Amino acid sequence: MATIEIDGKSLEVENGTMIIKAADEAGIYIPRFCYHEKLSIAANCRMCMVDIEKAPKPMPACATPVADGMKISTLSERAVEAQKGTMEFLLINHPLDCPICDQGGECPLQDQALGYGKDVSRFTEKKRVVEDKDIGPLIATAMTRCIHCTRCVRFGQEVAGIMEMGGTGRGEHMEITTFLGGSIDSEVSGNMIDLCPVGALTSKPYRYSARSWELQNHDAVSPHDCVGANLHIQTLRNEVKRIVPRDNSAVNECWISDRDRFGYEAVNSPERLTQPMLKSGDHWEVTDWKTAFSKVVQGLQTEINSAGPEGVAALISPLATNEEGYLFQKLLRSMDCDNIDHRLRQVDFLADSQQNLYSGAELPLEKLSTISSVLLVGSNIRKEQPLLGLKLRAASLGGSKIYAINSLDYHFNFKLDGALIVEPSTVPAALAGVALDVSRIVGTDLPEQFSAWAQLGGNRDVYSDIAEVLVADSAESLIILGDSCRQHPHYSVILAISNWIREVCGVKRIDLHEANGVGLTQNGCVPKNSENNALNLVSNPRSAYLLYGLDCVEDSIYGNVLEDSLKKANFVVSFSAFKSESMNHADVVLPITPYTECSGHFTNVEGMTQRSNAAALPRGEARPGWKVLRVLANQLSLSGFDFVDLNDVNSEMENTISEKPFEYPHDIEITLPDKHNGQDSNKLFHRIMDVPIYRVDPLVRRATALQKTADNSIRPIAGLNVEQAREFTLRDGTLMNVVTPEGNGISIQVQADNRVPVNCIYIPAGYIETAPLGVATHLTLEEV
Amino acid sequence: MLSDELISKINKEKTKYPIARAAVKSALRYAQEEHGWISEEVVRDVAEVLNLETIQVFEIATFYDLFYTEPVGKYQLRVCTNVSCMLRDSDSVVSHIQKKLDIKTGETTADGKFTLFEVECLGACGGAPMMMVGNEFYENLEPDTIDSIIEKLGASE
Repeated sequence: MATIEIDGKSLEVENGTMIIKAADEAGIYIPRFCYHEKLSIAANCRMCMVDIEKAPKPMPACATPVADGMKISTLSERAVEAQKGTMEFLLINHPLDCPICDQGGECPLQDQALGYGKDVSRFTEKKRVVEDKDIGPLIATAMTRCIHCTRCVRFGQEVAGIMEMGGTGRGEHMEITTFLGGSIDSEVSGNMIDLCPVGALTSKPYRYSARSWELQNHDAVSPHDCVGANLHIQTLRNEVKRIVPRDNSAVNECWISDRDRFGYEAVNSPERLTQPMLKSGDHWEVTDWKTAFSKVVQGLQTEINSAGPEGVAALISPLATNEEGYLFQKLLRSMDCDNIDHRLRQVDFLADSQQNLYSGAELPLEKLSTISSVLLVGSNIRKEQPLLGLKLRAASLGGSKIYAINSLDYHFNFKLDGALIVEPSTVPAALAGVALDVSRIVGTDLPEQFSAWAQLGGNRDVYSDIAEVLVADSAESLIILGDSCRQHPHYSVILAISNWIREVCGVKRIDLHEANGVGLTQNGCVPKNSENNALNLVSNPRSAYLLYGLDCVEDSIYGNVLEDSLKKANFVVSFSAFKSESMNHADVVLPITPYTECSGHFTNVEGMTQRSNAAALPRGEARPGWKVLRVLANQLSLSGFDFVDLNDVNSEMENTISEKPFEYPHDIEITLPDKHNGQDSNKLFHRIMDVPIYRVDPLVRRATALQKTADNSIRPIAGLNVEQAREFTLRDGTLMNVVTPEGNGISIQVQADNRVPVNCIYIPAGYIETAPLGVATHLTLEEV
Repeated sequence: MLSDELISKINKEKTKYPIARAAVKSALRYAQEEHGWISEEVVRDVAEVLNLETIQVFEIATFYDLFYTEPVGKYQLRVCTNVSCMLRDSDSVVSHIQKKLDIKTGETTADGKFTLFEVECLGACGGAPMMMVGNEFYENLEPDTIDSIIEKLGASE
């Protein structure tokens, strides 16, 4: 510890602490531009000059470590003179365009110029002009404003893991730019907007649409992934203008993903549903809530009378809040119906046989950045959960070992110490291979039921590497199961094997969910009888369907089957914030509000329940879902729905929530791999599926800027192993026919993709175009 | 596009430093020797060999004056126009070369042989006015010595 004095205030600080940090912690203000707590120290803006006793000249507070007995003044004549001098230099080339600059009003340079700048510039020379760059659909640039603090450069290099920005040239000619004006494609690029201390990088979708001091702040939580990033939704005259991060060191630190930041564009889209509608013949008629409710009541009662409560199926989007989920299932269960599920991207429900299957994270998310080893199974974590990707990157930089078992050789923003890229059907087998090596190390026999899988996994060196690392520091080791596991036809096997590993050697596990999957599971949006799971509800047509917040084709990996069942159903009600294709199959459409207009709680994968507040009033006649459900239940004469406000719903939920959050299924029936595994047929390709980052939910699919990013393609593109692609004459935009064994086919653009292993074809889900393939695991490929 | 020999030279440089980024300068120097200038492809390829982002290599290529990010002639005539040379009439050296080769400062002759630069002091004030071509200094320049230097270089292959 060192005893120092800043501005006469005596402080005890850790040796090696930089002066600026010590001052920040003591609440003493030092001006700065380039210094940022989460980034490395550059000391290139020179704004944080302070006066240190016995030092011959002012020193930068951000890069000067404390020493015992140091006496520092931030306010002495010498310090202030140095700060004012720096400010004068910075303003030489900075334009005076604050009145039209989006940063105006929240600009560190503007604020500090007020404190340290001169009223009149002494420079009469021309200011330098720097050409603006087009760096993609999310970030607008005005590079003349740049003061070369390099925060954006360091963010890319250090936090995001992909250095896309850099400083080219030198001196007067220095420019911050991308290589050859390429776009910035990071999934967390929007944070550069917040980091930029001037108006050089601003939000493109928000550009020129409001002034920062007019905006109202609302505390919300992001629904797009299972992290639950904390947000400020900022509105002007009841319209969402932008979203910025709200610091929460336990969840998102000060970052949010681009999905969290720009997903709001959907809520202002012309596709918003603002009035209840009834289908009349083949067209839609606008109606009022009263008529719509009576139609729903009449329709539901008719179907229940003829087919019984089992004739009704209810499917809910994982984006729904806990309250919506709770009321939705309560409504169904009050009618003696257990047909409710939110897991429309899952096909294997065998692990449901034991209830309380909530299996989120076994450790706080903030610990991810210091974990010592990680095995990723079936996960493109960087695009599925961008903020967890950042944490793993931090862990990797700190020396953690990270391994992956995947079907696509994803490009991560951290280094993999070993990767096994196998066709999807072999993923559980590979995990069994790891389990076998774990069993050898810990000296416990691998359970009989896994041995067939372990046999299929064969012998690979990487298994023992992984096993050794996991066992070596098992309390600090982690298995992460990603979206591809959840979509896997043998998800239960993956769950069972990973369970066994964690039980014999004590590693932790995180089972990543979609959006608010954990909250909905806890609040009853899964069937009590596993037979009533989503796949069965979809593939055995029911006479009535209630769809909640779903674009049924894109939001389910068996959307094609769902669509057929909806066509066969007598009565379909869609609760939706948007007009969509799935509306065509509905009889009544009830307009609900997206999370920006609906308060409620989201539970993240760690089990942390956070409140998200409505930021704007509902648009048109749309209403928050929980209110719609409450009134509908009353109209159906169901008892127990006399809630006055959200808190009433909440207190009831707290009493009913599952008390055993961390229980793992044990007696999972282990199914054996399908017979047509392996290379028995050259003509069949294994299908690799994932849901691309900007196709996952109804909001992002309607967020126009996100749709234009490099991470998204408007139409799906299939990827073929590079070697095998040579057997076909593939050119840019080559269309090929892809057909399932059942004969359902689509024609799709195919390109060579170096991430795809041999005998596999990658076809993304989340598109209407690829929905006809459903969950087929094997496909044939023909040239058109 | 980089030759195997060049790649092995770069890989050797890589072993000299704790981080690959430190080897960029030497890598670019070798690459420029082979290709004459640092094109986009060279940046990409050097970045690939060193396992760096392209922008990291491009930053360094643009930082140093002696890395050319645009094509230059086979010979670069670097005429000093700093104080000592200026007093010894370097302006007329520059204008003589401009006239003789029919190029402006910074331009390259149509045959791709010569590029003319004005540079700051090269530390040979005793021989002002002077210019540097490749690694050679040419001092006490006068119109006919300049002509003979250019003709000699122009004739060589």
